[in-house]
Amino acid sequence: MPQPYRVARVKRELADTVTLDLAPMVGTRPVFTPGQFNMLYAFGVGEVPISMSGGQSHDVFVHTVRDVGTVSGALARLAPGAVIGLRGPFGAPWPIAAVAGADLMIIAGGLGLAPLRPAIYQVLENRDRYGRVVVLFGSRNPTEMLFRHELEEWRQRLDVDIDVTVDHADPAWRGNVGVVTKLIPRAAFDPQKAVALICGPEIMMRFTVNALRESGVAPQRIYVSMERNMKCAIGLCGHCQFGPTFVCKDGPVMRFDRIAHIFARREI
Amino acid sequence: MATVEEILRQHPFFASAPDEEVRLVAGCGRNRMFRGGEFLCHEGDPADEFFLIREGKVALDIAAPGHAPVVFETLGVGDFVGASWLIPPYRWAFDARAVELTRTIGIDAACLRGKCDADHKFGYEMMKRFLVPLVKRLQETRLQLLDVYGKH
Repeated sequence: MPQPYRVARVKRELADTVTLDLAPMVGTRPVFTPGQFNMLYAFGVGEVPISMSGGQSHDVFVHTVRDVGTVSGALARLAPGAVIGLRGPFGAPWPIAAVAGADLMIIAGGLGLAPLRPAIYQVLENRDRYGRVVVLFGSRNPTEMLFRHELEEWRQRLDVDIDVTVDHADPAWRGNVGVVTKLIPRAAFDPQKAVALICGPEIMMRFTVNALRESGVAPQRIYVSMERNMKCAIGLCGHCQFGPTFVCKDGPVMRFDRIAHIFARREI
Repeated sequence: MATVEEILRQHPFFASAPDEEVRLVAGCGRNRMFRGGEFLCHEGDPADEFFLIREGKVALDIAAPGHAPVVFETLGVGDFVGASWLIPPYRWAFDARAVELTRTIGIDAACLRGKCDADHKFGYEMMKRFLVPLVKRLQETRLQLLDVYGKH
């Protein structure tokens, strides 16, 4: 059953995107692992899966929502004090703890940075457990760049390589222009030691997987976050079936070699 | 100081290239350095040279009268700048500007085309070497045009 959560804070990230801090009205916030999602219920409108986008240390759930439909639009228009329903956390997380010792290639496109942000927080809080850490981010254009201020903060660190690109520049932009896959050959990482975490539109993830494999990263060292239409979120209803798996239960984070045979199949 | 041939051997574009191939290309090459803001080439000018980037970053842009130039791609270490030298009428299709201090090896296009014409096996190897990054750029451009981060 959805639990009542109050909107404690609304931060406008982009013209159509907000970050909501959701405080439990009963009890404490459940524990979650980066990569997992909650079902957010806008009363009278509907329910959608949204990944956590905040750190584990907060006493609220942090979700970044883009207005792309009826339910997400209703969530994106919430004001502080509003009450919504929330079920979760659900799903398989990023394997952050399991890949200690590896080089990390964290590659995000567009809103895909939101589900990866908790993973980045966890890695940076435990920086000495990992080898090289590279974060590559592709955005549509400079004005629609998610978490821009935070990207600039991370860039100040000497122990993580941040590289950002935009598909379409404006006259004020002085950074990279081109798709995010172009950043991969330029990044300093050892493909034998690297583990890649990818989140973004599925087409972007396909190109990114191809570029990583050309660079020598093995498919079992690549993780992608899948998105499908979810309803029950516990692997019962079948709405999010992806081949022999359910994205809500077996994903959203999936190891690429386990889905490689169906990843680019348009019928699935 | 490293010779052009030694520098080319280290450049990703010539990774795994036979020594003879690198030697022939190096014979057409020279060190070229551009300060930030300096242009490597201008749209419409003869494409009589192309550049292999060793250090720095280059922005490719197109300008329309009355508008600020639009950068459509940036290139970095390991990339090459320019393919217009490969096909007639051998004229640049865009402006290329160094974003920061950029060191390149400039290759004399007429010299290299002459060597390709004189030795078709070498010419075929060179075309194959260029084709890989060109096809990759074409695929990346398709992805760029798809506007995958927009609302769909």
